[in-house]
Amino acid sequence: MASWPILSVITFLPLAGALFIAVVRGDGEADRNARWVALWFTLVTFAVSCIMLLPGRFDLGSADFQFEEKHSWLEGAITYHMGVDGISLPFVILTTALMPICIVASWSAIQTRVKEYMIAFLVLETLMVGTFTALDLVLFYLFFEGGLIPMFLIIGVWGGPRRVYASFKFFLYTLLGSVLMLLAIMAMYWEAGTTDIPTLLHHGFPLGLQKWAWFAFLASFAVKMPMWPVHTWLPDAHVEAPTAGSVILAAILLKMGGYGFLRFSLPMFPAASHDFAPLIFALSIVAIIYTSLVALVQDDMKKLIAYSSVAHMGFVTMGIFAATTQGIAGGIFQMVSHGVISGALFLSVGVVYDRMHTREIAAYGGLVNRMPLYAAAFMVFTLANVALPGTSGFIGEFLTLLGTFRVNTWVATFATTGTILSAAYALWLYRKVIFGVLDKPSLAAIRDLDYREMITLGPLAALAILLGVFPQPVINLSSASVVQLIDGYNHALAAAHTAALLAR
Amino acid sequence: MSSAAQLPVLLPALPELMLAIGAMALLMFGAFRGEGTAATVTWAAIALLILAGAVVLWLPAGTLVTFGGSFIVDPFARFLKILALAGSATAIFMSVDYLEVERQQRFEYPILILLATTGMLMLISAADLIALYLGLELMSLALYVVAAIERDSARSSEAGLKYFVLGALSSGMLLYGASLVYGFTGTVSFAGIANATSQGSIGLIFGLVFLFAGFCFKVSAVPFHMWTPDVYEGAPTPITAFFAAAPKVAGIAMFVRTTIVAFPSIVPQWQQIVVFVAIASMALGAFAAIGQRNIKRLMAYSSIGHMGFALVGLAAGTPEGIEGVLVYMAIYVSMTLGVFAVILAMRREGQMVEEIADLSGLARTHPAMAAFMALLLFSLAGIPPLAGFFAKWYVFVAAIHAGLFTLAVIGVVTSVVGAYYYLVIVKTMYFDEPGKPFAPMAYELRVVLAVTGLFNLLFVVHPSPLVAAATVAARSLFE
Repeated sequence: MASWPILSVITFLPLAGALFIAVVRGDGEADRNARWVALWFTLVTFAVSCIMLLPGRFDLGSADFQFEEKHSWLEGAITYHMGVDGISLPFVILTTALMPICIVASWSAIQTRVKEYMIAFLVLETLMVGTFTALDLVLFYLFFEGGLIPMFLIIGVWGGPRRVYASFKFFLYTLLGSVLMLLAIMAMYWEAGTTDIPTLLHHGFPLGLQKWAWFAFLASFAVKMPMWPVHTWLPDAHVEAPTAGSVILAAILLKMGGYGFLRFSLPMFPAASHDFAPLIFALSIVAIIYTSLVALVQDDMKKLIAYSSVAHMGFVTMGIFAATTQGIAGGIFQMVSHGVISGALFLSVGVVYDRMHTREIAAYGGLVNRMPLYAAAFMVFTLANVALPGTSGFIGEFLTLLGTFRVNTWVATFATTGTILSAAYALWLYRKVIFGVLDKPSLAAIRDLDYREMITLGPLAALAILLGVFPQPVINLSSASVVQLIDGYNHALAAAHTAALLAR
Repeated sequence: MSSAAQLPVLLPALPELMLAIGAMALLMFGAFRGEGTAATVTWAAIALLILAGAVVLWLPAGTLVTFGGSFIVDPFARFLKILALAGSATAIFMSVDYLEVERQQRFEYPILILLATTGMLMLISAADLIALYLGLELMSLALYVVAAIERDSARSSEAGLKYFVLGALSSGMLLYGASLVYGFTGTVSFAGIANATSQGSIGLIFGLVFLFAGFCFKVSAVPFHMWTPDVYEGAPTPITAFFAAAPKVAGIAMFVRTTIVAFPSIVPQWQQIVVFVAIASMALGAFAAIGQRNIKRLMAYSSIGHMGFALVGLAAGTPEGIEGVLVYMAIYVSMTLGVFAVILAMRREGQMVEEIADLSGLARTHPAMAAFMALLLFSLAGIPPLAGFFAKWYVFVAAIHAGLFTLAVIGVVTSVVGAYYYLVIVKTMYFDEPGKPFAPMAYELRVVLAVTGLFNLLFVVHPSPLVAAATVAARSLFE
């Protein structure tokens, strides 16, 4: 056990960085300083979060919450309670690891209002990490919802031409989903007398409340995830957001939805989850097949990747609600892997966007002739996105499909077609952009990756392959918690079943 | 002994007496010394309000009753009196610069606010219908005059007249309701009304409906809200700021005290009215504000919506609900005053500007002002971790506990609709190209904006003092 509040440090260190940037005055010099300050704060945060992974720190064998902190806060029942288990820790590390990359990716792409940009990103990091480490529902909601403010500003201030529409759509869609969850949180508070997550996990809510609360939580997480048919904010937000904003959106904000399902919906409302699993399966399949087809006809690179994100998140929801060990472990793995891959894909789009200032697929072609390094990196990410064996994408999709197959063969069968479709659109994109003849005059002088872009893409490419051949670290990290989650779920279902039989 | 025996009886009303006597003394001072005394009177009025607040805190703890039971000082009254006094004092404080620049300095202005505040304190402490009406009229008459204080401005005069005519009508309805209640129960004291009816008679319910019409008018709740946008837009801006804060506190106080203390026997009857009023106010506040271009009008619709949210707590009718109302009002006052500090600073080339579009690019021209304003707007929209979220949390958590699920669902959905127009202002400030900068912000406005902004930002860190005070205050109403 850590004797110092490691989670609070990880959560609030970026906020301290934001404050530091805010109070330092100056003009041209301040912009440069803001970049360095933001980079150092995110790097140190990442380093501190890695301390948890050191031997003897995080107990892989235990499914309990670790590094817990608890202080009184609002009244008696609502506390400042932090902690991580095997489900949340991967996301914490993912967040802290991607933030420095985002800062570096914004280094030269963002030239206006740099100070405010860095402040927004650091505040966002605090809120994202807090979402994953909060062990109190109200605290969770605070972080979950608070993240809207910086993201709204990031899209709206530094975004593309339709940024106002995109930022409003993002904000209002997500808010509408979340306020319904808020009401469910209130109802749970009165039912259980506390909002402490570890207590609520063992509370056993009555069936009526379970159903309503399950739908309320679905409203929030389905929008965040996003699931078909409430995904339409995502392509807009992705297209208009600056590169680093897209990376954060795809890699981390979407994962909050999946994390929410795992942390709340499944363990707290097991009976409702079981009853409504077919609904989730149906939505997931529609998401996988339909959005893949939509991705096929896009002419904007970011939009194509955004739709592919929706499809990949379909695998996650399907795996989670299959409620088998493979399904859930696969869901977690798929989320981590998608965080790496989709983040990297958006960064790759950002590389050519910074040079050509267009994301039209038709504006590119034959880049391999001028940008061999870029072509190689982009290939790794494209193939990982296609879930080629040997890349991290394969492990995630295979596990979720395997887990679902045991529960429902048809669902798994339909979902598998999604992997074929993903190959179709991803490879098509790759061929259009990278291969072919380089005949567009504007591309004649395009430069290959510079060292800064290599720093951002290199580690992600390495991770995508490393996790593909050696997935153990992530799976081991979460296995104990996943097993406990499944046990609790099956136990609750069995109890509900017995009760139903007795009542009959 | 006989002369000493007078003192304890007057003691609970000491703040009100101080304000009334102080206002009259200042009036004499101003009348005999002429127009040059405006600044002195202004600062004296602020000092008097602060002093009255200190006396409210200094009064012996517990519940004090005087004037034959028609005047009560309990923790509920203390909480709201402090809030009303703070709102009034801040409103005067914020108007100093405006009146100076606009050459509208009149010593009557702070005196009228003092008198209105005296009425508010009376209203908050009123424990029977007569005291309630006295306080209400004292407050309202001063408010009518103060709305029309810019004699040469047609807009201001129109606002004052409109407010007066509609206000008189609503007072009439309230009085009629009070007479019905008196007729059917034989008493005007709240406790007496509660005791006289074990179950409601149709006459009592009629009386209640008319009473509520008057209350709704004073807190500008739908369907008696029509005056609000016009008066907010027409009145001089510092007076709008005043209207938006302290009188709302007093209005909610009388609404809550009368409903909870006098009518516990007919809860289902008044609950459905309050639920309707809350839903209608939240919905109208959210939808009607979308089309507004004038920021004062927008704030009028926003205040209608916020009164709807506060009434959600009353609809629950439980101690938690009232606690929610109190927390809501405290946070609402802070948010509103902060936003009005910004509106008062919207001065360009010697002219006040009031369009939302005038704020465009504020983040570049006045970054600190824009940041605080954005913070307050997000707080008004109820986005965590800002204080506005906790305000909504407490009222809705009470509504859920009371089983008012429909109300809660409609409420949070309208809060999302409402978020849209706050976002439009943020968008104007942050996403749009800057216009000409405003004149530098007055020192007083900076103080108000910084204090309210930081309060809304940091409330999350240590919410317990306010919440604990509200809990005690709410409980006192149910004893």
